[in-house]
Amino acid sequence: MTKKQATSQTEAPIIDAKIPEGSLAEKWTNYKAHQKLVNPANKRRLDIIVVGTGLAGASAAASLAELGFNVLNFCIQDSPRRAHSIAAQGGINAAKNYQNDGDSVYRLFYDTLKGGDYRAREANVYRLAEVSNSIIDQCVAQGVPFAREYGGLLDNRSFGGAQVSRTFYARGQTGQQLLLGAYSALSRQVGKGSVKLYTRYEMLDVVVIDGRARGIIARNLVTGKVERFSAHAVVVGSGGYGNAFFLSTNAMSCNGSAAIQMYKKGAFFANPAFAQIHPTCIPVHGEFQSKLTLMSESLRNDGRIWVPKKKEDAEAIRQGKLKPTDLKEEDRDYFLERRYPAFGNLVPRDVASRAAKERCDAGYGVGNTGLAVYLDFEDSIKRLGEDVVRARYGNLFQMYEKIVDDNPYKTPMMIYPAIHYTMGGIWVDYELMTTVKGLFCIGEANFSDHGANRLGASALMQGLADGYFILPYTIQNYLADQIRVPRFSTDLPEFEEAEKQISEKIKRIMSIQGKRSVDSIHRELGLVMWDFVGMGRNKEGLEHALERIKEIRKEFWSNVYVPGKSEDMNNELEKALRVADFIEIGELMARDALLREESCGGHFREEYQTEEGEALRNDDDFAFASCWKFNGEGEEPTLFKEMLEYEFVKRQQRNYKA
Amino acid sequence: MEKNINITLKIWRQAGPKVKGKFETYKLDNISTDSSFLEMLDVLNEKLVRERKEPIAFDHDCREGICGMCGLYINGHPHGLDGETTTCQLHMRRFKDGDTITVEPWRSTGFPVIKDLVVNRGAFDKIIQAGGYVSVNTGGIPDGNAIPVPKHQAEEAMDAASCIGCGACVAACKNGSAMLFVAAKVSQFALLPQGQVERAARAKAMVSKMDELGFGNCTNTGACEAECPKAISISHIARLNREYLSAKFKD
Repeated sequence: MTKKQATSQTEAPIIDAKIPEGSLAEKWTNYKAHQKLVNPANKRRLDIIVVGTGLAGASAAASLAELGFNVLNFCIQDSPRRAHSIAAQGGINAAKNYQNDGDSVYRLFYDTLKGGDYRAREANVYRLAEVSNSIIDQCVAQGVPFAREYGGLLDNRSFGGAQVSRTFYARGQTGQQLLLGAYSALSRQVGKGSVKLYTRYEMLDVVVIDGRARGIIARNLVTGKVERFSAHAVVVGSGGYGNAFFLSTNAMSCNGSAAIQMYKKGAFFANPAFAQIHPTCIPVHGEFQSKLTLMSESLRNDGRIWVPKKKEDAEAIRQGKLKPTDLKEEDRDYFLERRYPAFGNLVPRDVASRAAKERCDAGYGVGNTGLAVYLDFEDSIKRLGEDVVRARYGNLFQMYEKIVDDNPYKTPMMIYPAIHYTMGGIWVDYELMTTVKGLFCIGEANFSDHGANRLGASALMQGLADGYFILPYTIQNYLADQIRVPRFSTDLPEFEEAEKQISEKIKRIMSIQGKRSVDSIHRELGLVMWDFVGMGRNKEGLEHALERIKEIRKEFWSNVYVPGKSEDMNNELEKALRVADFIEIGELMARDALLREESCGGHFREEYQTEEGEALRNDDDFAFASCWKFNGEGEEPTLFKEMLEYEFVKRQQRNYKA
Repeated sequence: MEKNINITLKIWRQAGPKVKGKFETYKLDNISTDSSFLEMLDVLNEKLVRERKEPIAFDHDCREGICGMCGLYINGHPHGLDGETTTCQLHMRRFKDGDTITVEPWRSTGFPVIKDLVVNRGAFDKIIQAGGYVSVNTGGIPDGNAIPVPKHQAEEAMDAASCIGCGACVAACKNGSAMLFVAAKVSQFALLPQGQVERAARAKAMVSKMDELGFGNCTNTGACEAECPKAISISHIARLNREYLSAKFKD
């Protein structure tokens, strides 16, 4: 198996990302200077579908409408403002260097590339760092109430994986405030009639005519009717697929279905195995649990992470015989500070997560399950006073207390890693276009900028960069050729065929009438994913996962039960359609993880680690993005490679120790 | 810490917007007090599915109290009796063994029922579309620090901006008024230099849209503030009234 894979890998065809010429700093400028544009009169004749209203989708829809395009914008919730970007807590990075602490575009680029364990595309990451400053200006102008210094200027805080303070924030609700900014810009365009908004609609397929994306099929979630929409280009910003794990920090409706639909219509799925496990989440506590709650990474600025130094103390704590506050300083193991003196509690997420798992696996974990570590604010409260800590993290502490019923001002928080974000996603070229012409993918849904691990406060940056400042340029380079193409009728056979297939799929699911609820199957899939495709992966486990996923697929398609009617609001049917796709994603993730015989970022193959237990990358064989092409139901996908040739940065072993 | 309770639920069931609804009673045993209110409903729905009955439709998404999607009227209070809590953050430890819990949708002319506990809050989007923004296009913006904002003003604007648009204020109000929602947005921009240019026009446009959409008048009962999961103060309504009046005087 390994041998065969190795050969198929070396033979894998290469795909080209169409990166512009020039030095790093010149590429984006050169691109913009030479790209094709669409003049204002022609923009009015072009329709663009934007799926999703998160940071990427809403900012793209608003910006495209401002330029004069006709935009159709879809979201599954009752309002665009509910997209899951709203839940981002900590902040957004930008290379402003307002703190005069040595930041620069290059440094933000370098930190992001290094944080991603050198598995991201150099040119994209540099462009991201380049436009980061404009995002802050834009959001300020929209009236986003960022935190301020007493002098009235913008405040910053530090975040994992950086030695400068470059993170802009609005209390612990930065995602909410940035999304409401994008939502207000979008609402302005809806009010003007330049964006037509479709709420409670879920995309179920992309329609391709003569090799170009020309529309979507979507289900009206209120009436249950399957409807057709046409446009000159389709942009998808549908978020990540972390809910393949059932339990994650994602919102309940986050799903990977739009990604799977694009994949099945010819878009390549890149690096599916790269999923981020966030170190600071509230630990799992019961079988009834529906989701995991994140505690912002910003807490690691002032909180210290530890477990007991002695196993017997950990044991006593698990049995409730000892309290964490009873343990003396010398009996505590601040394991991040011990292992990574230079970055301490602010190491990147993948490093912090693995270190916590290592301690818990070794028997030092706390909480009644032993699957938790402490995040302690005692020292900060002593140093800064409770009021300052409350001002910085009050809403997070309150949230923790509501869920756990413990007061984190008095006793340390308990945290454990959980699935949080997916770096992998639909492959896009430098223009954010997928391998299907006219089909663009933005935000978390694409694979582009975070490599094998995303740094904190970079998701908001990427979503808004794509939507405000990148896609509105690059999509014109495509549309410039389309100005003479008249609007499409949704009566075309391609639309009819796509709708027919969706309706048949729904009919098939409704008619199974089996014995298992959708959630019970989803939960089963999630457990397989967590156990074998989670924080620690190995060949044997991944092969086992692939077998198990096959069984789960069979179980789903023969034994799921969906009550009610399909032409009605039917939440069970919505979930069933998504779970069918999570099964496909789970399989892709396991397959990709098996292929990648190295450890990098969030992808940790237990066979490939240093003596100290750090991730051991293999740049000779795996310095590429693995891109999977769909070959039909039940067929093996084909591997394509985008070689990640670094012209400007030298790859190094990541070091957060010194 | 963990213990289990048995409860009785009286839940509003309504098959569609035009269909007459009624309360159904469900008994639920062995609910962990560590579970959230929505997780309890998940358990009930899982049971209904097992019994091959149609589960209860309710809105929910982030389950961390920020998206504003969940909204249930629990024992006569939007989001239940806990202060500063959304339904998804309400936990079953707040209930006792043997309790009967009544669950209804938001009830307001502005929010028609779609199905069971799901209502249409599209009116809130329409109010924002009428003027809840600063009219700036993408790009060509001066440096972020070119617009200094006094810290206390930024903080107060942030207090107002933390509205999650859940609609509890409307559901709590005997008049079905949306004043707290509108005030939060008008106030956020009135407090910031970025909002000054369109200050008067914004207040007028948003208030007139609110009236047009069938929301009631404010009679200062303060129920909205008491039930708001983000504790947004009715002092913002006072500011909205000032903004609206001064805009009208300028006409």
